[in-house]
Amino acid sequence: MIATILNKAIAQGIPLLFGSTGEILTEKSGNLNLGIPGIMYMGGSCGIIGAYLYEQMVEVPNAFWGILIPLLASLIGSTLAALIYSFLTITLRANQNVTGLALTTFGVGFGDFFGGSITKIFANGGTLSVKTTADFFKTTLPFADDLGWFGEIFLSHGFLAYVAVIIALVAAWVLNHTRVGLHLRSVGENPATADAAGINVTKYKYLATCIGGAIAGLGGLFFVMDYTGGSWTSGGFGDRGWFAIALVIFALWKPNVGILGSFVFGGLYIAYTYIDGLSRSAVAIFNMLPYVVTIIVLILTSVRNKKENQPPASLGLPYFREER
Amino acid sequence: MQTNVKHTKEPLITITSRGRDSMPMKKAWGVRAIAIILAFILCAVVIVMVTGYNPLKVYAELFKGSFGSSRKIWNMLQELSMLLCISLAVTPAFKMKFWNIGAEGQTLMGGLAAAACMIYFGEKLPPIVFFPLMLVACVVAGLVWGIVPAYFKAKFNTNETLFTLMMNYVAVQLTSFCIVFWENPKDSNTVGVINRATQSGWLPELFGQKYLLNILIVALITVGMYIYLKYSKHGYEISVVGESENTARYVGINVKKVILRTMAISGALCGIAGLLLVSGTDHTINRDIVGGMGFTAIMVSWLAKFNPVVMSLTSFLIVFLERGAGEIATKFQLNESMSDILTGIILFFIIGCEFFIQYKVNFRKKNKEENV
Amino acid sequence: MKPAIELRNITKTFGNVYANRDVNLTVEKGEILSILGENGSGKTTLMNMISGIYFPDEGQIFIDGEEVVIRSPKDAFDYKIGMIHQHFKLVDVFTAAQNVILGLEDKKGFNLKEAEKKVAEIGEKYGFIVDPKKKIYEMSVSEKQTVEIIRVLYRGADILILDEPTAVLTPQEAQKLFAVLRRMRDDGKSIVIITHKLHEVLSLSDRVSVLRKGEYVGTIKTSEADENILTEMMVGKKVELNIERDEPQNPEDRLVVAGLNCKNREGIEVLKNISFTAKSGEILGIAGIAGSGQRELLESIAGLQHLENGEILYNDPKTNKTENLRDKTPMQIRDMGVRLSFVPEDRLGMGLVGNMDIVDNMMLRSYRKGKSVFLERKAPKDLAEEIIKRLDVVTPSASTPVRRLSGGNVQKILVGREISSSPTVLMAAYPVRGLDINSSYTIYNLLNEQKRRGAAVIFVGEDLDVLVELCDRIMVLCGGSVSGIVDARTTTKEEIGLMMTKKKEVQEDAN
Repeated sequence: MIATILNKAIAQGIPLLFGSTGEILTEKSGNLNLGIPGIMYMGGSCGIIGAYLYEQMVEVPNAFWGILIPLLASLIGSTLAALIYSFLTITLRANQNVTGLALTTFGVGFGDFFGGSITKIFANGGTLSVKTTADFFKTTLPFADDLGWFGEIFLSHGFLAYVAVIIALVAAWVLNHTRVGLHLRSVGENPATADAAGINVTKYKYLATCIGGAIAGLGGLFFVMDYTGGSWTSGGFGDRGWFAIALVIFALWKPNVGILGSFVFGGLYIAYTYIDGLSRSAVAIFNMLPYVVTIIVLILTSVRNKKENQPPASLGLPYFREER
Repeated sequence: MQTNVKHTKEPLITITSRGRDSMPMKKAWGVRAIAIILAFILCAVVIVMVTGYNPLKVYAELFKGSFGSSRKIWNMLQELSMLLCISLAVTPAFKMKFWNIGAEGQTLMGGLAAAACMIYFGEKLPPIVFFPLMLVACVVAGLVWGIVPAYFKAKFNTNETLFTLMMNYVAVQLTSFCIVFWENPKDSNTVGVINRATQSGWLPELFGQKYLLNILIVALITVGMYIYLKYSKHGYEISVVGESENTARYVGINVKKVILRTMAISGALCGIAGLLLVSGTDHTINRDIVGGMGFTAIMVSWLAKFNPVVMSLTSFLIVFLERGAGEIATKFQLNESMSDILTGIILFFIIGCEFFIQYKVNFRKKNKEENV
Repeated sequence: MKPAIELRNITKTFGNVYANRDVNLTVEKGEILSILGENGSGKTTLMNMISGIYFPDEGQIFIDGEEVVIRSPKDAFDYKIGMIHQHFKLVDVFTAAQNVILGLEDKKGFNLKEAEKKVAEIGEKYGFIVDPKKKIYEMSVSEKQTVEIIRVLYRGADILILDEPTAVLTPQEAQKLFAVLRRMRDDGKSIVIITHKLHEVLSLSDRVSVLRKGEYVGTIKTSEADENILTEMMVGKKVELNIERDEPQNPEDRLVVAGLNCKNREGIEVLKNISFTAKSGEILGIAGIAGSGQRELLESIAGLQHLENGEILYNDPKTNKTENLRDKTPMQIRDMGVRLSFVPEDRLGMGLVGNMDIVDNMMLRSYRKGKSVFLERKAPKDLAEEIIKRLDVVTPSASTPVRRLSGGNVQKILVGREISSSPTVLMAAYPVRGLDINSSYTIYNLLNEQKRRGAAVIFVGEDLDVLVELCDRIMVLCGGSVSGIVDARTTTKEEIGLMMTKKKEVQEDAN
């Protein structure tokens, strides 16, 4: 029973983990990308469209292409979305909040439109379902069933779940132990200093935002291919994108903390279904918890004012070299 | 050019701020108009690619969405007034450079308060007592939701963008919580139309038009906000704080007080928007009643450069698009979300074109290189 | 031996103002060279051209006898030149070592441990005290400076340029820094320090080059120099400006400042026991090197600074009552009926709002007037029109944003507004900075007009010629304290110049 809850909590947390890792990388470059919810929709819908087109093309889908095509489609979709944001905010110096919100409008629309209409455009309609391909994504580790509770909690996930954890660990390592990470953080903290030190601020901002977008997009892909098993329901992804942004704060901009945080958030998301006799009103309060906790974390960090736990110092601000 | 200067390679493109020679108003609006036209062309390309229909026919449908019938015109005006109301609400805060993206939650709280009043008092109190009571409740609800992040911003410099964003979802869950107690019929998890039979607590119809009162109230708020920002002492202080906190200090403006007061106004107006939504339009409450308008409003306000009168045009643009795209979607049996894609594209163009208004882009002249 | 750096005929202009004109300069290997000059003499601009921040309009730069082109700080590093700026460029949340290696593309891969070791080694070699693992935000100003210096050394610089390195240091810290610099010189490195403190020049450097108003004056060996020679080179011959000056009429004590102490945000004492009296009907000049406490002093009087202790007494000419302005907000001061006007140094960042038009800027001081919740724009509009007409402000109209006006016109608007309230005390910080001759004289006339009206005028200036001709008395600040108050009619530029750079015995007498 507890094993099932934890398993479900992790499965719920994975999309958030992708989203928050992507957003952490983005924010570390000083870009507050509020387009992440849209990007995740784009990533998910492009992935499922890729899978659909692939299933339409071949008689018997095989696992290799069945995974590669949706994966690439998802990455391309979300990277392009992040590229729009980057171009507008970095090159054209547009306001980050407004651009991000516009991107979310666009991305959510894009996802729901193509998710809902792709079958109409290419065939005679009906709901979008790519169960065969989705099963490739859902394949669990071979010995998951043999290891009892351990297997159920940790091993019975599709491969993307492990990718999410690995990416978060790699991101944490890159940020803290490599030159690229050092340079990236300096760009988000103090772009003028980074610029003076010879770091290409524009390049770092573009790369961080686009790679961050691509990672976040995988969260959408995981949701449609693994979590829902290859079907698209309009608005089904819900507010997970905003949840991912909340997780960034909760994790204090640390991807490795984000791993644990995502499971906690995931647990809070579904815990009510496993608590007996919980009234529906209590469920609502339960669902409020992650946001309330995030607000408290946000307040506490600003009150304590510990430098390491603050948002990157130049978050949300445009940077361009002083014209001489 | 002397001695070693000729060794330098000028960058291919140099960007300079226009600074003192900023672009004249007329030309700036010209640039924006071009951006919108380009965006519409791109939208047409997208629609044609997806539907394969004649673009002119598509444009006609787009137009029909807002002006197809008198009912559609009224609905358009109603949506326009709601979006405009929330846009007006977020404007004073933005003018102060306070990034309140919590209008969604503040409006929902207003709506929730309105619903509560209608359910508990709608049939018990005479209208003359009830409506002021509901107004106060909605204003307070929105105000509280706005002023809490402002307090922490003023006191601890807590990031207001993230704070107000989170407050939205607390409001959503609070609404779910209340719906459990108010649901009608039982176990439907929806509230249904409140006081359907008696219509108690509903904003009255004017001249047989159920939305007219809403529209008039918002028109009044528009004018009021224009006057407040442009002609009142408060509005002046907001501008000074937004432009330069240092100047505000120099002339003795209490910056923290202005932040709190302005966010109180922002939140209160959102509360009123919530009242208009629940008591004046839908007569029910649900989690999605604000429907993302709180976010769209931010863009509407920003696109209008915080000018309330221009804002009525930008919100018209957005509503026109959404309704038009909805019309296209039904006509060609597509998904309603088409409108969001179109809105997104147009926003991208307008956001991007501001760059060309504020900066000068100079391309390197080729012949310069040749005299090395 | 070829010189480390040689500059030939360097000229740099900003707009149509010469920052440097035809400057020649040599830096030898293994020496400490001081670049001496008053504020605005072009020292920093000149050095910025060597370190790749600016690019000269004309002239040549030679390193080791080879002509070079330096277009970016990176180019400068390639020639082993490193500059330590006045404003540190460090990332607060990084450690010392992380800041040191920031931006380096070391082919051997990223090894923070190795870098930390090397940082500690450099520290040891030259006698710095540095903890490579300490975060910048936990550091004192002098520690931050140490990190900046190590950063330059880490990149292998042989030529170090330091811009006013002691401006932010205590005397003890400065002595430590000097010891380090001497050790570097002995190690064969060339050190250039930009300064205007004479005793530093004399105690530290081998040679000194002097700049005045962007032009090169000359270079002498420190062993052959003394304070008088250097001051004369720095300030030059007296220039006749013919600014009119009346005798003060019935001077009364208007503002009595006693024992003012003030700390800045970092907790450093910026005003130390300042006492003086500003009299009605006279112009009190305030001279001093930039950053000697001028800004904080004026802001204290205007109610914008928190004071540690001290009093600011205002004698009201109408009621003959004495009020204490200490710890009052600008609004409270106004409500008390004190007509205090203040022309701050930062015109568009503080005194005016750049994006607002002239009329709205006129209201900044007066918009609260009256009980109405609405603004009253008629009077400000009239005032704007009047100022435009009377002071010949060049502007398309009164509804033009002030950001679009030229510097002189911006200043006329600001001064015009501040004197429109018939002040009893008028404070002006660098009111003619960046202005052309005609606009400058307009401002002098306005100040004189206020003086004749009976206002107590406080004028913070940087051009000693102007101070000596315009003011009645001159108070000289040095490092946050008063080094003396002199009669402007009898003093000389040299006397003031000396007082600016070191405390005189006069101070003890005055107390």
